[in-house]
Formats: sequence, C-alpha cells, structure tokens
Amino acid sequence: MYPKELKYTREHEWVRVSGKRAIVGITDHAQKELGDVVFVELPAVGDTTTQGGEFAVVESVKAVSEVYAPVSGTVVEVNENLSDHPETINQDPYGDGWIAVIELSDPGELDNLLSADDYAAFVGGEEGGGR
Amino acid sequence: MENQTREALKRTPLHAEHQALGARFTAFGGWEMPVQYTGIVAEHVATREKAGLFDLSHMGEFFVEGPGAEAFLQRLTTNDLGRLAVGQAHYSMLLNPSGGVVDDIVVYRRTRGFMVVVNGANVTKDWTWVAAQGPGPGVELRDATLETALIAVQGPKAADIVAQVADQSLGELYYYRFVEGKADGVPAIIARTGYTGEDGFELYVAAAEAPRLWRRLLAVGEPLGLVPVGLGARDTLRLEMAYPLYGNDLTDETTPLEAGLNWVVKLEKGEFIGREALLKQQAEGVKRKLAGFVVEGGVARHGYGLKAPDGAAAGEVTSGSFSPTLGRNIGLGYLRADLAAEGQEIGVEIRGKAVPAKVVRTPFVPARTCKPPKQPAAPGA
Repeated sequence: MYPKELKYTREHEWVRVSGKRAIVGITDHAQKELGDVVFVELPAVGDTTTQGGEFAVVESVKAVSEVYAPVSGTVVEVNENLSDHPETINQDPYGDGWIAVIELSDPGELDNLLSADDYAAFVGGEEGGGR
Repeated sequence: MENQTREALKRTPLHAEHQALGARFTAFGGWEMPVQYTGIVAEHVATREKAGLFDLSHMGEFFVEGPGAEAFLQRLTTNDLGRLAVGQAHYSMLLNPSGGVVDDIVVYRRTRGFMVVVNGANVTKDWTWVAAQGPGPGVELRDATLETALIAVQGPKAADIVAQVADQSLGELYYYRFVEGKADGVPAIIARTGYTGEDGFELYVAAAEAPRLWRRLLAVGEPLGLVPVGLGARDTLRLEMAYPLYGNDLTDETTPLEAGLNWVVKLEKGEFIGREALLKQQAEGVKRKLAGFVVEGGVARHGYGLKAPDGAAAGEVTSGSFSPTLGRNIGLGYLRADLAAEGQEIGVEIRGKAVPAKVVRTPFVPARTCKPPKQPAAPGA
C-alpha cells in the first residue's frame, strides 16, 4: 500500500508535499520489515536536513534503523506523540505515524524521488531478492 | 551476524510448520530459526497472558551414561549432582580452567545416566570440549541433537494445554522436575522447565514425531490463546527475567561469579574444572558484575558502552531490548563492581551520547514458575 499522492525514497521514506512544507515518514513496507517500533529519536525543530542525510532513528525490538531526509531544508515541526507512542508508526505509517515536517530549501530535489508506482516496483524487486 | 550462507544453515524438523505459519526466519547459531510469526511484542504478550509454543530443536542433547558418568559430570560442571535426584534437573555450567563459561547447561538425572542440554550455537564446541576431558572407559557419551526435537509450551495456560497431550498427571510435577512418559502417544521427556519465567513445559521427542505433536499442541492450545512464538520474543521474555544468554551475557571470558550466578556454583562439592580460578577470584573480589538497568531514552544494544557518572568508561552492554511487560527499555551489562548496586545512576552510550540509565534489581519482572508449596513452618520457629 503506497498512496499515489506521496513521493518515496529508496531508503523507504515518504514525503507529502504541500507548498514548501514536506511531511515525512517511513513507508508501510519499512515498518513491516522493522517490526514493532519501540523508540523514535526525533530531530529537533530548527535542525537543517540534507537530502539523503541522516535525520532520525527508528528502533524496533530487534533493529536500529536510520531515517534519511528525503529533502533538504529545515525541520519546522516534529511528531512528539511518537516519543510516548512509537508504535503509531506501525499502526498508521502514512498518517499519525509521520515523523517531521521539513520546510523545503530546494523544491527541485523532489524530482529525485520515486512515484508510488516506481517505489512499488522497487520494493517488489527487493522483496523478490530477500526472504 | 553469522558468517554463513542460508544454504549451509541447519533446519529443525519443524521448519515446514513454521513456513506454513508465515514465520520470518533468522540465522541463529548455525540454524535457520523462526524469529517471529505475527510480531515480537504480540507473541511476548501472548506468552505472559496465555501461552506460547516454541520450537527449540536447535538446542543440543548429550546423553552421558555408564558407571563413570556421575563422577565425570561432577568434574565438568559447577552445580552439585549429589543434590540432584532422579526426575530432577538443575541449571549448571561447563567452565574452562580460567573459570570462563564454556556453556550454560541444564542437567537432567534419569533413572539411567544423565541428559545434558546445551545451547544450540555451542553443540560442536561443547561436544569437543566434553570429549577432550577424558571421559574414560566407564563413560558413554552420545550426541542426540539431530534426532531430538524440543518443543516448549510456556505461559499461564501451559499446564492446561500440556495436560491434554500428556499420558500422566502433571499436578505434582514442579519447576525443574521431569517425567519420562508420553505426549500425544509418543515417548517424551516432559520437563517443567523453560526460559520465560512463566510456568511451562519443555517436551523432548524424537525428531520424526515433532510435527504431529506441534500441530496437536496448536490445535488443543489455540482455544486457550496459545500462539507460536519465535526467537525474537524468546529473547525479550528471557531478558525480562534477566536469564543470561550465552554469547551475550556469558562467554569464555566471563565467570559465573561475575555473572552473579554464585548459586549455580557449588565450590564446596570438591574438585571441578575452573574451581581454582573461581576460588582465587572469590578471594580477590570480582572487578565487574553483570547488572540490570533501565534506560531513560533509546534502546541499549549488545556492545554499547556503559559510563560512570563522571563519564569514565565503566563496562559494556551485553543484552538490551524493549520490555513489552514494563513498557521500558531494559538491559544487562558488565559494570565496574562499585557501580553495580541497585539505584546507581549510569550512562549508556547510544549514538555518541550518554543516555541516562539506572541500575535496578533483577529479575525486571517477577517469575511465575511452578514452585513446590512451601513447607509449613515448624512449631515454635
């Protein structure tokens, strides 16, 4: 399940862009692969992000997983609810499980991201090669 | 991770059952084992609240028999077989001469000889070690790992479930006791043992019989809430009890005294391999202790550093996870002995930051195993 209106990265993040604001989270595929999310290390409001650079950490029972910024810009909002309820990422990865809002510094970067169809194909290929 | 390809991994007799149940697999000690079916937290909670079904067929079973068996095992292990009656099992250790742990084991005294259950990842190493200690002509050793399956049922509903397949009453079978009977009509060693802290059973059967017994247990257990549980939840369940995991919390370089397992070591029983080293360490005092702690942010992982309040390096995390029962992040690690007391504030180095943590009493969660009823107090006592 990869909503059409979102854009995706090969590291399994999504962005929902409206104007200069990009809401960022991890995909349904990512949360399933991770399993139960038990801790989220959020960025701070005001942090600068670089496309492809580390900007948050999601931990499941078994694994530590970096979250890479899908776009460059400035963190203007973070989902504090995840501190107490990290499992929201499993329950609603594209909704209440959002991680942060980034104000874009270079909207042109959005062209580097994948469409839902391209991401689905990418994940399909990855799944085929895995377990 | 294991430096092996998937193809080289051994599979238990229940592999097809796990596939049919939609398990995810992982490499563990040379075996391809189910790590989870529906999810680690859900399987953990089901075991604490109802019951969990585990495939532990990767564990090793050595049979030690013959007139010299008891003396041989007394020399190889730390616990005292003189206190172990037929039908009882005890937790014990194989040590090297430096007092380091070769493996942590469970020894079962049967009518004839002993069954020694060793960690799956250590079967080859232990077999080589045991065989090298000069068993002598009076000792018969047999490695039955590959022809033996081990299925565990753990949790508050375990007794109700196992009672439906066992050929005898289990009411008087207390923790760390076992019977040799039948389960679902096939010969089985039925032991009231486990690695979860819950009441529960471990059933040893011939490998060929395992799939049928597994399906039967699931069928009778499902109405009571039984679910299959993978190694992921097995790890979180044992960690809540602060039960050590070999390779993490116990190694060839750590001693049982450092691990706080003094109760498993009977120094007064006479000579055994590692005793001299332990006597020396006891006299000098241990310099580090395995301690339990709760982390205030982030998950402590195996290998992360532990810090004293002044920032000095003070040890290393050996196990760490989220505790589903407590909803907090817990861990075990070897800490400088002066910092290992309950209530001590320490730091865990997580991604370059010292995250606050506090040493706590273990187990993190109280055990609910089936202990015998307490003897009534003597008059006037």
